[in-house]
Amino acid sequence: MDPKLDLLYRLADDQLILGHRNSEWNGLGPILEEDIAFSSMAQDKLGHSLQLYTLLHQLGETEPDTVAFTRNADQFHCCQLVELPIGEYDFSLTRHFLFDHAELLRFEALAGSSYEPLAQVARKLRGELKYHALHANTWMKRLGTATDEAIERMQRSLDFTLPYALGIFEKTDAEAEIISSGLFVGEDELRGRWLESISKVLSQTALQVPDVLSLTPVFGGREGQHTEFLQPLLDEMAEVFRLDPTADW
Amino acid sequence: MSTATNTHQPIAKSQIMDWLQAVKDPEIPTISLIDLGVVRAVELDEATGKVTVELTPTFAGCPAMDYMKRDVERTLLAHGVPAVEVNISLREAWTSDMLTEAGRQALRQHKLSPPPFIGNQVFDLDFLEYAECPNCQGHNTELRTPFGATLCRAVHYCHNCRQIFEQFKPV
Repeated sequence: MDPKLDLLYRLADDQLILGHRNSEWNGLGPILEEDIAFSSMAQDKLGHSLQLYTLLHQLGETEPDTVAFTRNADQFHCCQLVELPIGEYDFSLTRHFLFDHAELLRFEALAGSSYEPLAQVARKLRGELKYHALHANTWMKRLGTATDEAIERMQRSLDFTLPYALGIFEKTDAEAEIISSGLFVGEDELRGRWLESISKVLSQTALQVPDVLSLTPVFGGREGQHTEFLQPLLDEMAEVFRLDPTADW
Repeated sequence: MSTATNTHQPIAKSQIMDWLQAVKDPEIPTISLIDLGVVRAVELDEATGKVTVELTPTFAGCPAMDYMKRDVERTLLAHGVPAVEVNISLREAWTSDMLTEAGRQALRQHKLSPPPFIGNQVFDLDFLEYAECPNCQGHNTELRTPFGATLCRAVHYCHNCRQIFEQFKPV
């Protein structure tokens, strides 16, 4: 695949799918502020995915709504981390923390991309992503230093989620060209920055951080291999759209 | 009426800017789109009288964008501008520093704390946590949650007057 398309599909699909998962907290948050926070981040991420699908459209791909709502799971390029069900709040928070640190650093790097339209979008998104990282840090630190039960739950979530989080950095065949053409600094470089960034926060908690780079990453998502959870998500997300794809909203 | 549109009167750019001052944010009726900083460019084609306006969103997922776009079109057409084109662009990404001084005052009128000016300062977490209370102008305040009723608002608490208040987020 063309390196630009390859990169954009991964970015856009991550945003769309995690945006949808975040929206599932609407009405269910453990406290009102968290209900609003996850709903707001859902709205941000859907907005971000629209910006990225619009870039794809400008490169000749079909309309954003069609791309978002008519593909099947094996045509999605998101990492498996983002498609997992929301589970308990500790898992959703841990996923949000691990994903949004990577996302903030990714878009900070993309602000200098050689592909100017993407650099413009990145300069817009990075400021918004700071709020996502701030939110995640606040709660990781709060729960990671709270009661024994809180710390135990957060530790369990962290151990479960880290291998999936490493799947964010799965490379594709286009990786070498993406780096050499100045599109993006590359997944290995990003993973290094991410590890430093999450470690800084986790060191302020009672949580134990394993040797992250010795873990086996959960790969496959970037190649269209997904968990059993993605297709039902897509069916639900697109249910109304598919009733009448030509309707004018 | 039809003759007025057939032989369009030359319109001054300053006149167009005056008309645009009347277009307010759909959720904060005290602030104009110009003072909000989302109007990034206004071009007037002298030959045809066509006006092209470039808007940029405050937040990428802002659902009010289409409404703002239609409002600009409606307002200019109602004043007799023969043709209006409104484009949404990220050419110059919006930052809260694009709020004008009048815009900051308009936010205060609506009991929203204006964002601190960022300039060349490091935009770190301390920055996000600071807000001036719009009720008592106190500074003894605390960030309660970075997400509020809309994407552009955060929720703070004032220890002076013991009130929850909203801030237009720095970004």
